Amino acid sequence: MFGLGGGTCSYQEITETDVILLWGSNAREAHPIFFHHLLRGLDSGAVMYAVDPRRTSSAEFADVWLGLDVGTDIALSNTVAREIIAQGMHNQSFIDHATTGFDAYAASVEPFTLEEGERLTGVPAEAIAEMAHRYATADRAQILWTLGITEHHTAVENVLSLCNLALLTGHVGRRGSGLVPLRGQNNVQGGGDMGALPDRLPGFQLLTDPEVRARYESTWGCELNPVPGKHLTAMFDAMEDGELRALYVIGENPADSEANVAHARKLLDGLDLLVVQDISLTRTARMADVVLPAAAGWSSSEGTVTSSERRVQRVRAAVPPQGDARDDVHIISDLASHMGAQWTATSAQELWDEMRSLSPLHGGMSWERLEASGGLQWPCPHDDHPGTEFLHGWLWEPGLDGHAPAPFSTVVHRPPAEALSEQFPLRLTTGRVLDSYNTGAQSAGYSSPIRSGDAIEINPADAADLGVVEGDIVRVSSPRGSVDMRVHVTDRLPTGLVFTTFHFPELVDANLLTNDAWDVRSGTAEFKAASVRIDPLPPATAAAGGVSGTAVAGRASGTAAAGGAGG
Amino acid sequence: MADLHFSDAEPTASERRAVLAALSVDEASDGAVVVSHPRVVRAGMQRRKQMRHLLLPALHALQREAGWISPGGLNFVGRTLGVPPAEAYGVATFYEMFRTEAPAHELSVRHVCVDPICALAGAAPLAEHLRSQGHAVHEGPCLGQCERAPAVFIQGRREPDRVPADGSGPDSLLVSVTASAPEAPSLLRHMIGRDPGHNESMSMEAYRERGGGTALDTALRLGTDEVIAQVTTAGLSGRGGAAFPTGIKWRAVADGEGPKHVVANIDESEPGTFKDRLLCELEPLAIIESIAVAGLTVGAEHGWIYIRGEYPLATQRLRHAIAQAHSAGWLGDDAAGSGQPFDIELRRGAGAYICGEETALFNSLEGFRGEPRNKPPFPTTHGLFGRPTVVNNPETLLNVNEILRIGPEAYRSVGTDGSPGTKLFCLSGHVGRPGLYEAPFGIPLGELLGLAGGVQGTLAAVLLGGAAGSFVGPDAGGLQLSLEDTRAAGTTLGSGPVMVFNDTADMSAVVERLAKFFRDESCGQCVPCRVGTVRQHELVTQIRRTGRSTEPQRELLGDIADAMGDASICGLGHTAASAVLSAMRLGLLGDGQL
Repeated sequence: MFGLGGGTCSYQEITETDVILLWGSNAREAHPIFFHHLLRGLDSGAVMYAVDPRRTSSAEFADVWLGLDVGTDIALSNTVAREIIAQGMHNQSFIDHATTGFDAYAASVEPFTLEEGERLTGVPAEAIAEMAHRYATADRAQILWTLGITEHHTAVENVLSLCNLALLTGHVGRRGSGLVPLRGQNNVQGGGDMGALPDRLPGFQLLTDPEVRARYESTWGCELNPVPGKHLTAMFDAMEDGELRALYVIGENPADSEANVAHARKLLDGLDLLVVQDISLTRTARMADVVLPAAAGWSSSEGTVTSSERRVQRVRAAVPPQGDARDDVHIISDLASHMGAQWTATSAQELWDEMRSLSPLHGGMSWERLEASGGLQWPCPHDDHPGTEFLHGWLWEPGLDGHAPAPFSTVVHRPPAEALSEQFPLRLTTGRVLDSYNTGAQSAGYSSPIRSGDAIEINPADAADLGVVEGDIVRVSSPRGSVDMRVHVTDRLPTGLVFTTFHFPELVDANLLTNDAWDVRSGTAEFKAASVRIDPLPPATAAAGGVSGTAVAGRASGTAAAGGAGG
Repeated sequence: MADLHFSDAEPTASERRAVLAALSVDEASDGAVVVSHPRVVRAGMQRRKQMRHLLLPALHALQREAGWISPGGLNFVGRTLGVPPAEAYGVATFYEMFRTEAPAHELSVRHVCVDPICALAGAAPLAEHLRSQGHAVHEGPCLGQCERAPAVFIQGRREPDRVPADGSGPDSLLVSVTASAPEAPSLLRHMIGRDPGHNESMSMEAYRERGGGTALDTALRLGTDEVIAQVTTAGLSGRGGAAFPTGIKWRAVADGEGPKHVVANIDESEPGTFKDRLLCELEPLAIIESIAVAGLTVGAEHGWIYIRGEYPLATQRLRHAIAQAHSAGWLGDDAAGSGQPFDIELRRGAGAYICGEETALFNSLEGFRGEPRNKPPFPTTHGLFGRPTVVNNPETLLNVNEILRIGPEAYRSVGTDGSPGTKLFCLSGHVGRPGLYEAPFGIPLGELLGLAGGVQGTLAAVLLGGAAGSFVGPDAGGLQLSLEDTRAAGTTLGSGPVMVFNDTADMSAVVERLAKFFRDESCGQCVPCRVGTVRQHELVTQIRRTGRSTEPQRELLGDIADAMGDASICGLGHTAASAVLSAMRLGLLGDGQL
């Protein structure tokens, strides 16, 4: 946020903070290592509010769980803001010093009274008020979020609405206070840092900035295409339009992981060329014209990874790659030489030194310092810089240290793209469980004592209405397709909401159901909110059919538009 | 419940009722997880932490209702309080009074003490007799009734616990050397000669007529600094055995940041000790007053009484006294008109010698196994719930009342320079009149025995300080019973037990029982004590069987004593070898070689 794609706080700070808003995140299962740091914070007396439509295992650790309706995050955050302002609990001196746009923002949240908030979100007014008061009056407070915020067609607006709360209360740029998006794997942060975004070069530098481009061009000895590329969702649109005909996929499994996945598979099938580079033979890899077997980064690569707290750490090869597998760097270098380029720097350290000569955020992170320190946090611009524990300290400096003030963003509550209907009366949301990653490319091959497979979770009252019980096989249908799934009855969900994971697409193709409506600014599809119907299956069908999926042809009408910016 | 996995066992309806009643908890609104609305659930770690201290009362309720801690009952308690089932089981199995296997009967259980004094007085035949009458009998460690051995305590099944001797036998004997001089300190002054069964004498009015309440008035008038100065000038030291200067302890807690606690340690479980039981039974309001003095002096908001589970009468009278103190305004949001809040909560132990150790007591109160903590940090900075805490026993606290009554100079007029004031001695065994004796520090042992009617028969040995103390021989009549003189003589007063054995006692059996006592009562947390007390008991058993000790056995006993003394976490391990070694030295075990 504020131009840098990283959480503002360090892990140490969550252990010392006073109030935690865990918003749209089941970190207990999806970010278990970070959650251990968080538990230390709770043990030290921090109060946690969990905002989630489901009472997740993370929410069980919260002092208060607030079960909002799916897709009403902005309504809730605007209500919180309105209550803070109404009670005079906002930090006026910070607002005057470091921000712009407060008056317009205050006016925009004015309609979100506690009563209106309760009506829109389903959360009782008293609980909203309590959370607002505790957050606003805490010495130190953090907002943590993950895909519950970003896998919506309002992804960027959702994030901005949380940033507004931090600006309103001054809970950013100070030790212990901040805004923390959690990263799903050990190096998601590093991917973004290194420029795996359509419009950015390493260190979040804009591709469209000629000065930036010139530095890279002089180092790389070639000319760079100044036009930003496409993010994943836009690529599928380009395939649909026939503009994109060849795809090189590295470490991604879109044939399983895309929302409305039946449509995505059809588009992948229609490509002229599909190249997949992966550590396992994923469904996408099986569709490919060429498969390049890659070494697993965590065991067989030299280099660095970057954690959610922006800490760059060395990773070392422990074992040689299996079989024909090769390090990603070697594969890409060979491809380059086949295309006529002669790359000389191919060792991890050489590549790193080249990168940090170009990215000011990493300038001071010499290989030796990384080895000696056990990790440094960006920004670390020069050799004497200790790294940065928390971001945006300038917000509190006289004259903002030369920065422009941070703007409040006026954000409007918009319900999920797909409204519930008589035909599809239940809200489906999706998520992860502790022992599985995403489509299972890295985890499904291992057995786990706590694994129960993908089931459709449903509230006892809804189950009774449908006449189904634990273990029944039912047909779950959305406007995009149908999947047969096993029923798991749980009171962790409110009535009207059903939930499933998507870890075993070979068995249960859950993404046949999800909505590929997406946010034009982030390119993220609305995995968290589809409308579905559940039909009990006659016993004979269920016994014979097991679980399977069928797709309705064609693409759901999305809110897609061309363009969009990453980060 | 976050990350808690319970078995399928369910509580019975009566178990559920008993637990909820004992905790004054409404399952729906007060548990560790409260669904206050379909979209709002209150739970979390702070809530669980705040409820954990209710675990021990909940287990007491289960045990009384069902006669054991059933898996279903334990699950219910764990769910209600948010305690992991393995931890709850660990706590349940820690205590002598809790059973985790289903009893074969529906009876209340008669606990019969088998420690030395009761053994001499015929505990074994008594237990046999009770069994023959169809009673359920459990033979266990000291019950704190050594002056009227052999001791029995009835742990009630769906009925209150009780002690048969309470109200039926003759009153326990109380003697005070200083009671006749009004200007001298005397804890027993108003207890002697009063009919303890007479409810009138337990009333606040009667207590005030005896001069009760003046210590609290004086303390509030003097203020924190002056009270602590007087306690310090008086030279008061803790009467539980460690003899730590009370003024220093109070000063440190008074200087700490709140919230703070005061704990009355009434878990006297040292074999041979019964003084605090009698103090609480005979003058409970004085105990409450003294806790309030401590609390208001150091600025604590919370007072706690942790009392032995085997003391039902003292418990009942303290509860009654707390209620009276509330009515009189001593406790509450404006305690005794001080402007400070102070209240007292009473908790029962469940039979664990180690819980008399102050940090083990904190863990027990907090709902954990009663295992001692490493020190430092000390209770004055990190005590109960991690807060600054004054922990004293009733004898120590009542001495503060006396200091405030007569002033530090008068207080120092009795006792020795190094040990001012009086000491309560618990005389038991082969003396003419077993009972509770108050005498100035420094009284010669022979004189004290004379006060108690002299030794019956020919004196073989006296065990000073209980199981954790040491034996002295018949030639020790001139030993002055002060902190400094006993220390110089290589022995200890401990908490004041004086157990007398004549030459008819099988002393090797006494020593073996003491070794067995430590083997049973070691909490098992630290290795030197867990292993050392077992090895020591084995060696004592071997030596007793052969009637003599070998050089390797003596060397090993010495090594074990050194290891336990150097490396144990708490005083139990530090003192677990002293009685055995002193017995060896005196020839009470083996052939007198050491």
